[in-house]
Amino acid sequence: MKFSEAWLREWVSPALETQPLADTVTMAGLEVDAVESVGTEFQGVVVAKVIAKAPHPDADKLNVCQVDDGSGDPVQVVCGAPNVAEGQKVPFARVGAVLPDDFKIKKAKLRGVESRGMICSASELGLEEERSAGIHVLPEDAPVGADFRDWMQLDDHTIEVDLTPNRGDCLSVRGMAREVGVLTRERVTAPSVEPVEAETDACFSVSIKVGDRCPRYLGRMLEDVDLTAETPLWMSERLRRSGIRTIDPAVDVTNYVMLELGQPLHAFDRERLTSAIEVRLAADGESLTLLDGQDVALDSETLVIADGSGPLAIAGVMGGVASGVTRDTRHLFIEAAFFTPLAVAGTARRYGLHTDASHRFERGVDPQLVEAAMERATALLISIVGGRPGPVVETGGDRLPPAAHIDLRRERLDACLGVALPADEVEDILARLGINVAVVADGWRVEAPSWRFDIAIEEDLIEELARIHGYNRLPVRRPQARLALAPDHEATQPLGRLRRHLVSRGYQEAITYSFVSPELQAMVTPESVSPELANPISSDMSVMRHSLFPGLLKALMHNLNRQQTRIRLFESGLVFRGALDDLEQPSMLGGAICGSRDVEGWSARRDAFDFFDLKGDVESLIALSGESSRWRFVAEAHPALHPGRCARLYRDDRPVGWIGALHPSLQSQLGIKPEVYLFEIEQAALVAGRVAEFSPLSRFPEVRRDLAFVVEEKASVGSIMETVREQAGEWLTQAQLFDVYQGKGVEPGYKSIALGLTWQHPSRTLNDEEINQLIAAVVEQTQVRFDAVLRS
Amino acid sequence: MDHLPALVSEAKAAIAAAEDAQSLDQVRVRFLGKKGEITALLKGLGKLPAEDRPAAGERINEAKQLLQQELDARKQALEQAEMASRLDAERVDVTLPGRGEPGGGLHPITKTLERIEGLFQRIGFDVAVGPEIEDDFHNFEALNIPAHHPARGMADTFYFDAKRLLRTHTSPVQVRTMQSQEPPIRIVCPGRVYRSDSDLTHTPMFHQVEGLLVDEGVSFADLKGTIADFLQAFFERDDLEVRFRPSYFPFTEPSAEVDIQCVMCRGEGCRVCSRSGWLEVMGCGMVHPAVFSHAGVDAERFTGFAFGMGAERLAMLRYGVNDLRLFFDNDLRFLRQFN
Repeated sequence: MKFSEAWLREWVSPALETQPLADTVTMAGLEVDAVESVGTEFQGVVVAKVIAKAPHPDADKLNVCQVDDGSGDPVQVVCGAPNVAEGQKVPFARVGAVLPDDFKIKKAKLRGVESRGMICSASELGLEEERSAGIHVLPEDAPVGADFRDWMQLDDHTIEVDLTPNRGDCLSVRGMAREVGVLTRERVTAPSVEPVEAETDACFSVSIKVGDRCPRYLGRMLEDVDLTAETPLWMSERLRRSGIRTIDPAVDVTNYVMLELGQPLHAFDRERLTSAIEVRLAADGESLTLLDGQDVALDSETLVIADGSGPLAIAGVMGGVASGVTRDTRHLFIEAAFFTPLAVAGTARRYGLHTDASHRFERGVDPQLVEAAMERATALLISIVGGRPGPVVETGGDRLPPAAHIDLRRERLDACLGVALPADEVEDILARLGINVAVVADGWRVEAPSWRFDIAIEEDLIEELARIHGYNRLPVRRPQARLALAPDHEATQPLGRLRRHLVSRGYQEAITYSFVSPELQAMVTPESVSPELANPISSDMSVMRHSLFPGLLKALMHNLNRQQTRIRLFESGLVFRGALDDLEQPSMLGGAICGSRDVEGWSARRDAFDFFDLKGDVESLIALSGESSRWRFVAEAHPALHPGRCARLYRDDRPVGWIGALHPSLQSQLGIKPEVYLFEIEQAALVAGRVAEFSPLSRFPEVRRDLAFVVEEKASVGSIMETVREQAGEWLTQAQLFDVYQGKGVEPGYKSIALGLTWQHPSRTLNDEEINQLIAAVVEQTQVRFDAVLRS
Repeated sequence: MDHLPALVSEAKAAIAAAEDAQSLDQVRVRFLGKKGEITALLKGLGKLPAEDRPAAGERINEAKQLLQQELDARKQALEQAEMASRLDAERVDVTLPGRGEPGGGLHPITKTLERIEGLFQRIGFDVAVGPEIEDDFHNFEALNIPAHHPARGMADTFYFDAKRLLRTHTSPVQVRTMQSQEPPIRIVCPGRVYRSDSDLTHTPMFHQVEGLLVDEGVSFADLKGTIADFLQAFFERDDLEVRFRPSYFPFTEPSAEVDIQCVMCRGEGCRVCSRSGWLEVMGCGMVHPAVFSHAGVDAERFTGFAFGMGAERLAMLRYGVNDLRLFFDNDLRFLRQFN
């Protein structure tokens, strides 16, 4: 809502400067977004009259004018505007004037002719943003010699208020004035609206088919108008200062009344209405060409104004071209109706429209406003376009929404605000707001005013009392509660611990968008199904991520493109798996790594991060839960990962994640040069841990034996280790793989693996014989299952 | 016996001349060993007349003790010298950088969220989380934003179909908590939220922390106290001015926007606060009875307050970040500034 400060001050003028006034309004919940001067800074400009005009002797496009600026002698000016003419009243910058952008007017000679000043265009005075085509011609009654700023009241401000959706009652100068009056205790004076006597009997029949949506419809004929007349400057200037462009007198007057009083109006060309008007719902299949030229197919939930030929307008939203007013219109039919908020709510949005009328009706327009608005509009129209008014004809009017009666309980008010406002203050504030108050046993019974659609329940009243009393004058307290311990699950790892663990291993946390490009997602997880947005912000953010990989890869590439070579990123967040109807939204923890194993340094290892670095990071993460033994890394294929350097993670028998190298073909498709490693694990699996359980320490000595086997290159060390553990008996405390070797001394196609096995008995010393038996079993089974040969 | 002083002198010189532990030991053996020259003198005592023996014995023993002390002292000196030279040889350049992983860091938004959560957890709030793909009921309907409400525009909600959407705030978690738990309820709900808006000051995804306290006898005064305490604690400024401006949210009433004195200019007026001296940092209010009714909470018995804030905005103010979009570029040069 934008309006002119001077206009507001005609209604109510508290003794406050502009900014304090804006602050007062802001602190009452009507947030002032901007206060702007209505005209830019200039001085030395007066109203002048062009008394003579002659062509410039040496320039085709220039004229030499004599102007009367009220100072006595005519002043000679050279003017280049095509529209300058004798007899015009114009804004005239005298020598010494300073125009916007510090443009100083000096005596000058233009092609040999002296020029003492400048006739100004609207844009030169900052009254129009776009460059004006010619000089700004003023109305004939503009007083010659008057200071142009004063005469135009340009020392005015446009105040823009960002109104919350509940305060539709403030979408007019009247509403703002009412609010300012309440806040400053100033009297509000409305301009008097005298009923305009009917001069003819001309009526137009209206019937309402859906009275619950349109409880009231006022219509009036205004015959023999002249729409070629011009809207007066004072009106177009007020509209301009309220952010509304001048169009034609009919539109300008309806806009003006809407801004002034808050009632949207509509004017039809009577001669383009075929028969009686109906206020009804559209029938399926009906359509309408709107005033903005858009063709819309109407649905059966849309309230329309229709005649025999079909819909003329979407009620409370926008009129149609066919019945619209033009310069040739002779007879007007003016509509002032009350459409209920629910009848209009959502309609404009459904058609992709947002109009000043729909904005107001959706929020609620005072149903009592229609008469005053109709009379005001009639009077203003007659003053501009002439015409003979018919009587105001009301249809409906018996189904107006009843005023809300609300009980306000003293006890509830005090409890909610944490303070007891004195009864006389409560009653004073309510009365100032136009709320009828009756004192009852436990508080008050009130009747909400017709313009306040947001006052329906007790809390609405409490809010109004707090608001007017002042939020910042209300007490401040700390909440009290019983000190109750919250349960704490020791076995569950907090996510923060997992994050910090990765951080201490050199990872930097990333946060990437949860929606990704469908192309990238299809490259990374081609078979995946995840929900797609109906209205994405752009096509590369249109599908919900099925995995953290696409976002992490994008972040990795962003950094590679900025000369970063060693990158370790991780992210935690939801992924979205499945169609909408069987959707899962699990939390994942994932990472993307490339570059050297160590940070470059004087004694650093120079080799690149590889699969076992990644596995080490992941194993250490798993170890936080104390449940490492329940996890397995199984060689399986993932479309985004290198088939030979990729493992699926299982916790017990449930697959919970993947680790591996980015597939080389995907890597080249993405244009990534270095080898990249990725991991992604369900957070639920990582955080599930155990509470530690003590087992007694043995007092007896450990026995350690080292074994080395030669096995085929392809043999899985993990499986061999499982066999070893299984055969080495219950007293085995550790099986440590300490070497894997290929090369001299081992036949090609084979590898040597070396294990250190440690046993300890809880209650006695183990003897050699026992150990030798266990080793024999280990050797035998590894031989049987893996063809392993014990090295001597 | 007469050559004892000469012998002592000779031994002293030999001790002084010994350059390492081994040669010193040879000196010891030569003079004090079993067959040493001083030892030999002691052995020769028997050949002296009986009346001379005690005096001679005493002199020899004195000499022996003296030499032993000299030997010990020399040994200690040699050891010290050896240690000194070893230490010197083992010297490293302590200004060389240390080895190993220097460590990464948390995202500034995570740091901010954890900080906010921590402040509230310390006064008894739990952290609650929920799904990001929500339904219309939990995101709107239950929060007193019916279908036709002007506060609801297709414009800023991401939809999947008519009923399912990306949550526009973390308030659905509050609804879910109230549905499943009896008051007293004290929760904060951090998380990602989504609005279809993308420009200099908006990203289509951002983070919120919303809070909810429901109990008997909770008032607007409690809300004001909690919010003021929180903001002063978050910015570590006891004197931070906080003001409450009436506003409107469908799910709270009375509702307020909360402004703080600009933390950049301390209220003097600067570019960040648009010269007003104030910064809008969060919204809050008393839980609307319609929300209680949707969530099955007895609004006559319980009252409550709710609040919500944007983590990005608070992080920008706290760390002086001037471009919102940096949070989601994940540029290491940016991220490392928060390590």
